[in-house]
Amino acid sequence: MFKHWKQGLASTVVIATLVMPLTATAELTDGKLKIGVLSDMSGVYKALEGPGAVVAAKMAIEDFGGSVLDQPVEVISADHQNKPDIGASTAREWIDAEEVDMITALDNSSVALSVQGLANDKKIITMNTGAGTTALTEDQCTPYGIHYVYDTHALPVGTATAMVKNGGESWFFITADYAFGHSLRDNTGAVVESLGGEVVGNVNAPLSTNDFSSYLLQAQSSGADVICLANAGQDTVNAIKQANQFQIVQSGQKLAGMLVFITDVHSMGLDIAQGLQFTTAFVWNQNDEARAWSERFFERHGAMPTMVHAGVYSAVTNYLKAVEETGTDDSDTVRAKLGEMTLNDMFVKNGSILPNGTMLHDMYLVEVKKPSESESEWDLLRVVSKIPAEQAFIPLSESKCPLVN
Amino acid sequence: MSMQVILAQALLGLNVGVFYAMLSLGLAVIFGLLNIINFAHGAMYMLGAFIALIGYSLLEQWFGISLQIGFWASLLVAPVIVGILGVLIERLMLKRLYELDHIYGLLLTFGITLILQGLFANYFNVSGTPYPGQPEALSGVVNLGFMYFPTYRLFAIVFSLVVCFATWWVIEHTKLGSRLRAGVENPDLTQAFGLNVPLMVTLTFAFGAGLAGLAGVLAAPIYSVSPLMGADLIIVVFAVVVIGGMGSIMGAILSGLALGLVEGLTKVFYPPAASTVIFFLMVLVLLFRPAGLFGKEK
Amino acid sequence: MTNRILFVLMLVAGLTAPLFAYPVFVMDLLCFALFACAFNLLLGYAGLLSFGHAAFFGGAAYITGYVTKEWGFTPLLGILAGAGFAMVLGAAFGFLAIRRQGIYFAMVTLALAQIIYFLALQMPFTGGENGLQGIPRGHLFGLIDLNNSLTMYYFVFAIFVIGFGIIYRTINSPFGEVLQAIRENESRALSLGYDVDHFKLLAFVISATLAGLAGATKAIIFQFAALTSAHWQTSGEVILMTLVGGLGTVFGPVVGAILVGALSHELSAFGSWVQVILGTIFVVCVMVFRRGIIGELQRLVSRKQG
Repeated sequence: MFKHWKQGLASTVVIATLVMPLTATAELTDGKLKIGVLSDMSGVYKALEGPGAVVAAKMAIEDFGGSVLDQPVEVISADHQNKPDIGASTAREWIDAEEVDMITALDNSSVALSVQGLANDKKIITMNTGAGTTALTEDQCTPYGIHYVYDTHALPVGTATAMVKNGGESWFFITADYAFGHSLRDNTGAVVESLGGEVVGNVNAPLSTNDFSSYLLQAQSSGADVICLANAGQDTVNAIKQANQFQIVQSGQKLAGMLVFITDVHSMGLDIAQGLQFTTAFVWNQNDEARAWSERFFERHGAMPTMVHAGVYSAVTNYLKAVEETGTDDSDTVRAKLGEMTLNDMFVKNGSILPNGTMLHDMYLVEVKKPSESESEWDLLRVVSKIPAEQAFIPLSESKCPLVN
Repeated sequence: MSMQVILAQALLGLNVGVFYAMLSLGLAVIFGLLNIINFAHGAMYMLGAFIALIGYSLLEQWFGISLQIGFWASLLVAPVIVGILGVLIERLMLKRLYELDHIYGLLLTFGITLILQGLFANYFNVSGTPYPGQPEALSGVVNLGFMYFPTYRLFAIVFSLVVCFATWWVIEHTKLGSRLRAGVENPDLTQAFGLNVPLMVTLTFAFGAGLAGLAGVLAAPIYSVSPLMGADLIIVVFAVVVIGGMGSIMGAILSGLALGLVEGLTKVFYPPAASTVIFFLMVLVLLFRPAGLFGKEK
Repeated sequence: MTNRILFVLMLVAGLTAPLFAYPVFVMDLLCFALFACAFNLLLGYAGLLSFGHAAFFGGAAYITGYVTKEWGFTPLLGILAGAGFAMVLGAAFGFLAIRRQGIYFAMVTLALAQIIYFLALQMPFTGGENGLQGIPRGHLFGLIDLNNSLTMYYFVFAIFVIGFGIIYRTINSPFGEVLQAIRENESRALSLGYDVDHFKLLAFVISATLAGLAGATKAIIFQFAALTSAHWQTSGEVILMTLVGGLGTVFGPVVGAILVGALSHELSAFGSWVQVILGTIFVVCVMVFRRGIIGELQRLVSRKQG
């Protein structure tokens, strides 16, 4: 409480000093640009986004020169603890009291939906890099919400198709019991069924489950060819490790991790993870540009970037570009500009942002290397094939977003 | 539903049940003697797991001690450290509250829980850190006919059962135990017979805390080690103790095992209710048999 | 007399708070303050420790959210519906719990609250982990737009003052005197011919209703009903607030709620150290200052006067 009072005073002083020389550029509504990184800083998704996202955002700002339109760019960050109410109230305070101009990260779909809805009321752009649910760009799409890295439509396209074609016809789902898991399960099920496969069962596990054994045994006794993990982060890691302990893979069933990050593979180790196929938007050593950026990131963060970290860097950079080119931080103008830009950097090639908020870009089907193939601690993934943007994401013509159709 | 599935899930339920039994045993012993609900019991369980984790992989990094405490040593070291903490808590704090309403004991230990959880949450991920020190001898699986069961889990079940029933035997069939029981039933009279009740109380608290620490070490290789691993567990263990009958040793053990089984089987038939079924039972027991299934009406 | 001065102080502070603090945050504090006051009525004046008050706080939030969002109730009507739900729930909980004493009472309320938590997680209308999102703030009496945070603030403050007033009246009524007599010595109250169970039940229902009022209001402020509000840790938090502020004092819970709320907010950058600090304060209170902040102050004042 006291803090705000002091800040109120301070900002009055700043405004007074700014007003005096009337030459200052007046395009930014509050004299500065503030970017909020709202992420899971302590829980299941910490490794894949969390503090690394703050590092990525800071790198983007530094690489941009630390300022835009001659005004400083600041980063503010907080932990949403995977609780949508905490996420929403933090975002509300950021927008009301801290004058945040753009919010990014937002892993956890429940949090993402609540913050995107709130930001829409307040006309603030959200550039979501962490959450998966397609609802963000489908029935709950907003004019200010951008979904940047991946969604639950893009994930199964490559992975599930590959697995069904390799003979995995019957599927059993272990689903994270919230917006993301449900959305991923439904979209994956649709892909499987469209290819002639069959969904034979499903069990919902709470977010942040530490013992998957009971769910895994149910999956095992279903006799399905494929046990599909519609979860993420530490949950996926735990499930795969425990499947290994109970010798489920050894008994002939295949595990499908629908959303796997390089940090998960690193924490499981290649012995357990080898051969696992999944879909990703970014592999740190996929080309020289990505590698150069990733090594800089590694120096600061101590781990190689996930696709989400790279996505935060790219999103912040492109947002700053749009602000600079339009000369304002007005959300409508900046959002319109972002929609016109063709995005090209170390993360995305020829990307574009659709009116429903989907950032259209290629995805990759990758496979975890065998221990013998890996050349270094983080050399873990091999690209199997590229999934073209048009296939990965829902075409605008089929979108259920009210803004489009 | 095939018999095989039910057997497999029952075994997993038993796996959970032994942890309930060990924790509720400690809680019941403490309640029996001190009339205090030790809210910090879950935090002590967590502490046990963290001592094992730190002892195995962080001593050098954190304290510059080039020593590694393996799993077997942790089974001894962790309960002792947690027990010592228990002595400190009892001597320095709880002791001053005995004259007051029992609720203050609950509140004090709730505060201690917040402190312990907060401390570890600063340094460790709340979603858990894997414990790397599982002994080689216990890795692998055992073919039970109806399923492959990880050797370590089997070991944890057997080991916990031995500890639980040994504790029960000591309390019911030795001189030490009979004094303890006398202290539980009538502290004033016991004191009058010249037994050092305060010392007994302290040691009992330390023992209960040590059991929680031991359970923590056993749990570390199965579940990841997390600052919040005891937080939700403690609420369930309360329910176990209430259902078994507060202060009843055998009640705590048997209801711990039984409720683990119930929970495991609920996971098969209606998974969402698995974490709540125990509370349904608790309400029923409190309504119809307030002293618990094994407790005596006071 | 001191109470009157404190009350005026509280009114002035409440009316001017939005001038120097972020209104939404103060509204949050007010909700918790009311919640703590309601809890205090039960523990501080009737001597009953409920470990399940989050069920009323969170349960009411869901009901309010649902009726305003899906049935188009106005905010005030929605809040009343939430509080009404908490009242009914309180009557049911109370009926089952008051037959037990002390620790057992706490355990029954805890178990019942866990069942409510389960329902909040599983019932289709609550949205499970996602929570009930997008609750409209709407227009008060169909006229005053509550989307403006200042009007919202004064609406919330009015609710707080009314809730606080009810509690104050209850404590200082003959009913309140009997409650305190029961707390001091139940068997004596019984022998004086009071229907002890009846009094306890009524106290429980009033407490639950007002806890529900606080939770319902919170749902409208944040346009959100979420599992956090119904979780047992929220039941723990309200105990913490009440005890720190002063058990069995009129203003203690308000002070406790503001202190705990402000501490967790201001120190949030320090992550889990907040928990360590709160836990330490709590332990110190239990060990040394069992009367809480207001209780100790009152003692100092009365000692000086005496």
